[in-house]
Amino acid sequence: MATLKEVKLKIAAVKKTKQITKAMNMVAASRLRSAQQRMEGFRPYAAKFEEVLGSLAQSSADDSNPLLVPRESIKTANVLLCTSDRGLCGGFNANLIEKAEELANTLADKGVAVSFTAFGKKGRDWLRREKRTMVEQHIGVMGGTIGFNIAATTGRDMVSSFLQGTYDEVLMVYAEFVGMSKQLPVVKQLLPIPPLEIADEQQVSDEEATYLPEHICEPSPEELLGEILPKSVDIQIYRALLETSASEHAARMLAMDNATKACNDMIESLTLAYNKARQSSITAELMDIVGGAEALKG
Amino acid sequence: MAEKTLKLEIVTPEKSVVSETARIVMAPAALGEFGVLPGHTPFMTNLKLGTVRYVDDGGKERLVFVSGGFAEALPNKVTILAESAERRREIDVDRAKAALERAEKRLASEDREGIDFVRARAALARAIMRIRMAESPRV
Repeated sequence: MATLKEVKLKIAAVKKTKQITKAMNMVAASRLRSAQQRMEGFRPYAAKFEEVLGSLAQSSADDSNPLLVPRESIKTANVLLCTSDRGLCGGFNANLIEKAEELANTLADKGVAVSFTAFGKKGRDWLRREKRTMVEQHIGVMGGTIGFNIAATTGRDMVSSFLQGTYDEVLMVYAEFVGMSKQLPVVKQLLPIPPLEIADEQQVSDEEATYLPEHICEPSPEELLGEILPKSVDIQIYRALLETSASEHAARMLAMDNATKACNDMIESLTLAYNKARQSSITAELMDIVGGAEALKG
Repeated sequence: MAEKTLKLEIVTPEKSVVSETARIVMAPAALGEFGVLPGHTPFMTNLKLGTVRYVDDGGKERLVFVSGGFAEALPNKVTILAESAERRREIDVDRAKAALERAEKRLASEDREGIDFVRARAALARAIMRIRMAESPRV
């Protein structure tokens, strides 16, 4: 009988777990929706910004800005590692961290001193565990309403450190939100700003670009570019944060969905085991009674 | 040059703040305030902290706070990309006052160098501008 009770308790426990995973799935779904809305809200700004940046880059000399010029030898690099604050989202953080480790190792092999800036608790914990250099950490940002000013502050810091020569390169590891069931950990170079030519070509092939008139710029295009380039860094960071955040919620949704399904399977097989045990105990009891009656008769 | 109105769009990274038609737009460029009427030559400039004023379709003057950004003027369209932007009625005066107090405290206590000082000064300017705008008389 003890096993019967144990199975019953186990079923109750799994049912409670299922309630939790189901609730977490729904919370993640609603957070994902708002994260996607934020991405939508950001898109017009980013699109317009790119257009402006492209047309400015066309009208000014290539290496007119120090942010565009790659360093001859790279001795120090900083990596912005975007992860989530919370767990229970499947392999999401593990994938990001793996990517970051790979990147750090290849850089270290080239003799580059790597330091990290952590966004999100999971990445920070990993950096601490591995005793890697961490210059700054931002906890409590990811997953919620991400303000633009955090990206702007980080962007400003990165740009000034790059210009001062503290870092020769700044990279980003974040999760690209490809779709509901696909989040891709990616590495992106932030500074020096990768060449803009590719964007230009795309723009020329675009129909819209042909109507883009020559602007009168005030101050000169070079000066405007100098103003706009540091902002493009902020925008890249902001986008990375938004993408990572949306990816986190999508990953959690999927993980919780799988967990709920696993709970269902478990409840099913446990119920089966319970019924079997119950039935066999009833059969045993019946046999006892029948046996007893037979004995009395005889 | 046949158009009589402009399409005005003010967008921030977080959302689109204004998307309306306007008869005239005045914006605070870094090199001085400029005004745009329909049919303006393509023009691009960076903005300083300040107020964008425009007259909407109904002839009413409207004010929008902007800080840090760019403006692009086309013959029939003005686009403003700002780091932050708020319509006058959306300004949170209490928050601005709190920010003002914080910035003043920081400016009074800290040494007059370093990035924090620069930031605090920028915050102070923003707070003052927001409060002044929110409390300015409506036309």
